[in-house]
Amino acid sequence: MTQSIVVQVGQCGNQIGCRFWDLALREHAAVNKKGIYDEALCSFFRNTNSRADAGGADVQRGRICSLKARAVIIDMEEGVVNEILQGPLRDLFDSAQFITDVSGSGNNWAVGHKLYGGQYRDQIVEKLRRTAEQCDCLQCFFVIHSMGGGTGSGLGTFVLNILEDEFPEVYRFVTSVYPSAEDDVITSPYNSVLAMRELTEHADCVLPIENQSLVDIVNKINQMTNCGKLGAVKPNSLVTSNIGGVKESEKPFDAMNNIVANLLLNLTSSARFEGPLNMDLNEITMNLVPFPHLHYLTSSLTPLYTLADVNVPTRRLDQMFSDAFNKDHQLIRADPKHSLYLACALMVRGNVHISDLRRNIERLV
Amino acid sequence: MSLITVQLGQCGNQIGYELFDVICNDLHSNGLCPQKENGLYQAASKERFFDEHKSGDFVSRAVLLDMEPKVISQTLSMAANSHKWRYSEKSQFSQKQGSGNNWANGYYVHGPKYKDCILNLVRKEAEKCDRLGGFITIMSMAGGTGSGMGTFITRCLRDIYPNSLLLNEVIWPYGTGEVIVQNYNSILTLSNLYQSSDALLVHENDILHKVCSQRMNIKQISFRDINKVIAHQLGSVFQPAYTADGASHYSRNPLGELMESLVPHPEFKMLGLRNIPQMSEHSLAYSTFTWHGLLKHLRQMLIANAKMEEGINWQVQLPSEVTTRRNFLTADLQFNKSVANLAIFRGKDTESASPQGFRDPALYTSWLSPDNSFSVWKTPRSFNKYEKSATLMSNSQGLLKPLDSIVGKAWNMFASRAYVHQYTKYGMEEEDFLQGFTTLEQIISSYSTL
Ligand SMILES: Nc1nc2c(ncn2[C@@H]2O[C@H](COP(=O)(O)OP(=O)(O)OP(=O)(O)O)[C@@H](O)[C@H]2O)c(=O)[nH]1
Ligand SMILES: Nc1nc2c(ncn2[C@@H]2O[C@H](COP(=O)(O)OP(=O)(O)OP(=O)(O)O)[C@@H](O)[C@H]2O)c(=O)[nH]1
Ligand SMILES: [Mg+2]
Ligand SMILES: [Mg+2]
Repeated sequence: MTQSIVVQVGQCGNQIGCRFWDLALREHAAVNKKGIYDEALCSFFRNTNSRADAGGADVQRGRICSLKARAVIIDMEEGVVNEILQGPLRDLFDSAQFITDVSGSGNNWAVGHKLYGGQYRDQIVEKLRRTAEQCDCLQCFFVIHSMGGGTGSGLGTFVLNILEDEFPEVYRFVTSVYPSAEDDVITSPYNSVLAMRELTEHADCVLPIENQSLVDIVNKINQMTNCGKLGAVKPNSLVTSNIGGVKESEKPFDAMNNIVANLLLNLTSSARFEGPLNMDLNEITMNLVPFPHLHYLTSSLTPLYTLADVNVPTRRLDQMFSDAFNKDHQLIRADPKHSLYLACALMVRGNVHISDLRRNIERLV
Repeated sequence: MSLITVQLGQCGNQIGYELFDVICNDLHSNGLCPQKENGLYQAASKERFFDEHKSGDFVSRAVLLDMEPKVISQTLSMAANSHKWRYSEKSQFSQKQGSGNNWANGYYVHGPKYKDCILNLVRKEAEKCDRLGGFITIMSMAGGTGSGMGTFITRCLRDIYPNSLLLNEVIWPYGTGEVIVQNYNSILTLSNLYQSSDALLVHENDILHKVCSQRMNIKQISFRDINKVIAHQLGSVFQPAYTADGASHYSRNPLGELMESLVPHPEFKMLGLRNIPQMSEHSLAYSTFTWHGLLKHLRQMLIANAKMEEGINWQVQLPSEVTTRRNFLTADLQFNKSVANLAIFRGKDTESASPQGFRDPALYTSWLSPDNSFSVWKTPRSFNKYEKSATLMSNSQGLLKPLDSIVGKAWNMFASRAYVHQYTKYGMEEEDFLQGFTTLEQIISSYSTL
């Protein structure tokens, strides 16, 4: 099985990254009750237990303690990184995985890309190589960053260049958070445009996420929770929920970031777990990128809210397929009904049969 | 005579498992026939598909290949858990990451890279056979490993075993909503296999799916259900049968006789398969069949190109049968013309099964004598719980429509060169696509003008 490395850059990248690691652990804990270091865990985590040949891992009080995230953590200020180092996930990382500075990029793409890029190039290469050497078959880098600031946007895309030079064979998937219309960073349009040129040239595939969409989804879910209209969706299976993770207190962006973390987990689930119709990460670009550079993939998630007709399982399932094309389920503000798809993939997780897929494909095509 | 099965990619491995499972279960049943007969049948079947170890273990004559590890490890453990048969631990090869639905990646990169290792496994498997009858490869056309690497490995087998027979079981993707590049991968697979394989036996997912829902009455269909149908079809061809009237022993060269019956000319080697009856075990318990009824249906399925016994169009007739005026109008409905057919009857009273209806010269192309166009295999031994069953393998126009559709869709994409860069990245050229198209156009035209 293959491994992937997450490269989280800037405040946004690191806050989403944190949510990703928390939920990834929660997901594995749900299926891997004995705490065995298995192939699925291996894709995002390494096991530092040297006696681990037989799949063993240090298990204390029901928790694996010897796991380390396959991550490189970069920020040009210390706030968020310090929170990670002091927070409940601190054991997942060791100091060799961090690159930090003190002053930030001041929402200036050029500072991140040109200044810090040049200054930190060697360190970044060194840490990436180290992390890569700990994989026996590295398939993909997941870069997570925002477009609007200076570090994630500028240095994040600089890292992308490094990845292309140093690891040309390894896929580069970038999760980019686009600023909302009333974003508080005044320079965010410049930063976004400058970053986008780099994404077009150097990424294999970009998953654009619009902050406004995340806000809308969170608001709608809260609204429904408050008036008890959630129906079949259990509170702890909400895409915005922290429940089951290590983090109890919620920070402002957490709910939004959980949505992104869930997107990444779902996207990679078929490569990590067994299934009757597996999908490997390399199939994503193969099927969804018909022409070079047209590699911006918009995504949607479902179920998010309540599902109509909760008593009939097939109706519920069919509703999910329809919702995937509904504008309220998109992670960017676009209405599929008024757009043209070049290519489109439905990734299904859970107890779904081929006949369910066929029924819906025939309905939707 | 032994057959080596090469299971490739997710699809090939999942189907291969079901095939051996069906064969093994069938082999161990009493087959509703005299014990002596059953003994002969079991011995022949075992020699074909299994290597019996001293411990009594049945070890399948199979090589498992995939570019990712998950499917093979699942397949191996399912077989081991059956406690009836297993795969040999050493005849499998997998890597870490799949071919990503990219034919070029399978054919130009993974194939050459792992060729030696893979062929070595095949050679070891071949050495275990007293007499090697040939190879059956199982692969999908839509992915990257089965299709691309499968095509490459087929070519290598052809070079190394020039005198052994090669039959490729090809799984035709659903018409819509699957792998987006499936039509490219299919064109490349079919056109290249046509150069090296002795015959291609096609299994269409759309049709198998319908069989599961309409004939087997399965509400929630999984790939396992579909694969069981394929396994049944393959078993009904490859389990032992008497290939000549009054023969005293089961055929020793099933692949050879199959090719001899069905592939008289290298331009025509796309085979399809129909079988009857097909139903759930529950309905089977309440049904009785006569050979006359079964064969009447099977014949009309052939003529009207119906791929299962549901929804057969009885209006389609051979020109020679069009007598009354009313029928005259329906004569426009084209019937499905064949190059050759092979019927296989299994079970009770097969001596009363009359295949006369399949001998009508009007069914066949004129350049082959009717005697050479139709063959029958039989055995009184029943197969897989069906008291009586009939299978018809055809080399006919029956696949023109799906072929046309794949070529048409691939052309549409190719016109704007969509996805071509994904292939050239791995060493393919536009010219290779064009050659693929030309080969398939040629095949289509040959079958159309039968
Ligand atoms: N979804 C989401 N967006 C965030 C988060 N944090 C910041 N953002 C957005 O990211 C943009 C600002 O970029 P940051 O990531 O804060 O900046 P940075 O990369 O750290 O760069 P500098 O602060 O300039 O060094 C704005 O559009 C914010 O709305 C977060 O946790 N989640
Ligand atoms: N009938 C049937 N079809 C299958 C099965 N598994 C996959 N397929 C079909 O096979 C095609 C996909 O090819 P796969 O076999 O998954 O691909 P692969 O050979 O593993 O190649 P890569 O995954 O691209 O490396 C699709 O058309 C699926 O419908 C199966 O178990 N049964
Ligand atoms: Mg910052
Ligand atoms: Mg595969």
